[in-house]
Amino acid sequence: MSAPLYGLLAEFETAAALGSALARVRSETRYAPEAYSPLPLDADAGARRDPLPLAMLCGALLAGGGTFALEWYSAVFDYPLNVGGRPLMSWPAFLPAAIEMTVLGAVLFGVVAMLIGGGLPRLHHPLFALRAFERASQDRFFLLLRADEPGFEEHTARAFLESLAPLAVHTVPR
Amino acid sequence: MATATHEAHTLLAAGQTHASISATVGELALARRFGGAWRAGLIVALLLTLLLAFGIGWLLVYGVGIWGLDIPVAWSFAIANYVWWIAIGMGGTFISAALYLTRAEWRCSLSRYAEAMTVFAVSVSGLFPILHLGRPWFFYWLFPYPDVMNVWPQWRSSLEWDFFAILAYLVVSILYWYVGLIPDLATLRDQAGSAWRARCYGLLSLGWRGEARQWRRFETLSLLLAGLAVPLVFSVHSMVALDFSEGLLAGWHSSIFPPFFVAGALFSGFAMVLALGIPMRRRLHLEAYISAAHLDNMAKMLLAAGLVVDYSYLAEIFSAFYSMDRYELALTVHRFSGAYAWVFWGTILCNFVQIQLLWFPRVRRSEAALFAISVAVLIGMWLERFMLIVTTLYRDFLPSSWGMFYPTVWDLAFLAGSVGLFFLLYLTFVRVAPVVSMVELRKLVHQRLRRASGTGELP
Repeated sequence: MSAPLYGLLAEFETAAALGSALARVRSETRYAPEAYSPLPLDADAGARRDPLPLAMLCGALLAGGGTFALEWYSAVFDYPLNVGGRPLMSWPAFLPAAIEMTVLGAVLFGVVAMLIGGGLPRLHHPLFALRAFERASQDRFFLLLRADEPGFEEHTARAFLESLAPLAVHTVPR
Repeated sequence: MATATHEAHTLLAAGQTHASISATVGELALARRFGGAWRAGLIVALLLTLLLAFGIGWLLVYGVGIWGLDIPVAWSFAIANYVWWIAIGMGGTFISAALYLTRAEWRCSLSRYAEAMTVFAVSVSGLFPILHLGRPWFFYWLFPYPDVMNVWPQWRSSLEWDFFAILAYLVVSILYWYVGLIPDLATLRDQAGSAWRARCYGLLSLGWRGEARQWRRFETLSLLLAGLAVPLVFSVHSMVALDFSEGLLAGWHSSIFPPFFVAGALFSGFAMVLALGIPMRRRLHLEAYISAAHLDNMAKMLLAAGLVVDYSYLAEIFSAFYSMDRYELALTVHRFSGAYAWVFWGTILCNFVQIQLLWFPRVRRSEAALFAISVAVLIGMWLERFMLIVTTLYRDFLPSSWGMFYPTVWDLAFLAGSVGLFFLLYLTFVRVAPVVSMVELRKLVHQRLRRASGTGELP
C-alpha cells in the first residue's frame, strides 16, 4: 500500500449493526467516525448544534425586513402617492409582499445552509472511487475512519474495524 | 400501537426491503423502455404544448384581443386557468407538508409525485397572469428594481401581492421538491449502468454521500420546509382570493373568499393527486407502494375538502339573501338562472352532488369510480372559477354596461395547451425521476424492522 490513504471503510448489512459499531468506536477509541447510510439514522449524535435553523431565521428576517423597508422607503420617501388622503405608511397593505418574501428568504437560506453544512455540492469524493460504496445509497451501511485524524494508525484501525464483525473492510485511497 | 403497526402493513406491501425498494422504484427511472401508453400520452402532450407555444406567439403579435375578452368581461379564461392551476398545486404541497407535520405514514409514497405535480401546476399557472398583462414583455415591471423611469410598484394592489405570492410559491415548491429528490438522485447515480447517466444524476445529486451530518441537516431542513410550506399554501391562495375580494363588485367583494379559495384549492389538488395516481399506479405497477388504503384515505380527504367548499357555496348564497343588498341578490339570482346558469349548475353537479358518492366505502375502493369522480371534480373546479369570474362581470351595476362573454378558439387552445404543457412536464418527470420517494419508503421499512425487533421506542 504505497498510495496515500483517505481512510478505512467498514461495510455493514443492517442499520442496527452500524449503530452498535458506532457505539463501540465512540466508547473504545478516540476516532471520530463518519457514518453513511441510505436513510436518516440519527447517527450524528454528539455533534455540535445544527446552525441551520439559525440560518433560516436570518434569511427570514433579512428578506422580510428588507422587503418591508423597501416598501416603506419607496412609498413614503421616494415616490409618495397621495390617494384620497390615505396615509403613505399603509403598513397593513405592505405585509403581504413582506410575508411572502420572509418565507422565501428562510427557505433559500435553509437550502444553502444544508448544502454548505453537508459539504455539498461536491463533484468528486474519494469514496466515489470505491465500487462497494455505491450501495451506501441503496441498502448498505458504512463506517469510515479517516486517515488524517491525529493518532490514526492503519494496522490498529483495521484490526479494530475487523473486530466489529463487518461484511468487509475497504481501503479508500485518497 | 397495534393499529399503527397494522396500518404500516397495509400501506406498504409485506416483504419490502431496502434493496427491493431501490430495485423497483429506481429501475423505473432507469428502464430502457417505457410503455406505449406513455409514449402516446407524451406525443399528445407535446402537440398541445406546441399549440400553446403557437398561441403565445400569436398573442404577442396581436394582443389579448385574440381571446374573447372585452368590456365588461375583461377577465375570463386566462384568470380561470391561472386560479385553477395554482390551486391544483396547493393540494400537492398540502399533502406532502401537512401530512409530514402530522406524521401520517401514508403520505410517504404520495409525497414525491404530489410535489412534482405542484411544481408543474404552479409553473403552468404563472404563464397566465403574465400573458394577460397586455404587454407581457414588461412583466418585470411588477418587480421593484431601480429603473430609469423612477416609478415603483403599487404596494397596495392585490395584483402586486399576487406577483410576490406566485414568485415565492414557485421557488419554494421547486426547492422543497428538489431537496427531497437529492438522496434519491444519488441512488439513481449509483444504480445507473452507463457513465453518462451516472454523470447526469451525479451532477443533479450534488455529490450526496448519505453522510450522517448530511442526513441530519436534511432532516432538519425537511421539517422546517414542511412547517413553512403549510402557511405558505394558505397565504398564497388567500392572496389569489384577494385579487377578487379587494374588488368592489358583487360576488367578489366578500371576506369569505380567502378561506373559501383555500378549501377549493385543496379540493382540486386532492382530485388531481388521485387522477394522476390511479393510472400511474396501474401502468407502473406501484400497487406495493400506493395501496388501496392510500386511495381510500385520499378519497376521504377529497370528500372533506369538498364539503368545506360546499359549505362556502351555501354561505355565499345565504349572505347574499341575508344582506338584502340588491346587487348581491341580483347576482345570485343571475347565477341560478342567467345566461351562465348551466355553468353554475354544472359546478354544483360536479362539486356538490357527485362527491357525495364518496361516503360509500365501495365507491372509495373502486379505482374507476375514484378516477371518474376526481376528473369530474377537476372539471367542476374549473367551471366554478369561470362562473365566479364571468357571472360577476357580465352583469355590471348599470344595465347599460351589461354584456356577454363568448370564448374564441384561442381561449380553448390556451386551456388545452396548458393541460398539454402540464402533462408534458409530468410525463417527463415520471420517465426520469423516482416517482415514489425511496428515502421515505426506506424509513417505513426501517420502522417496521424496529417494531418487529421490539427495540423501537414508540410514543
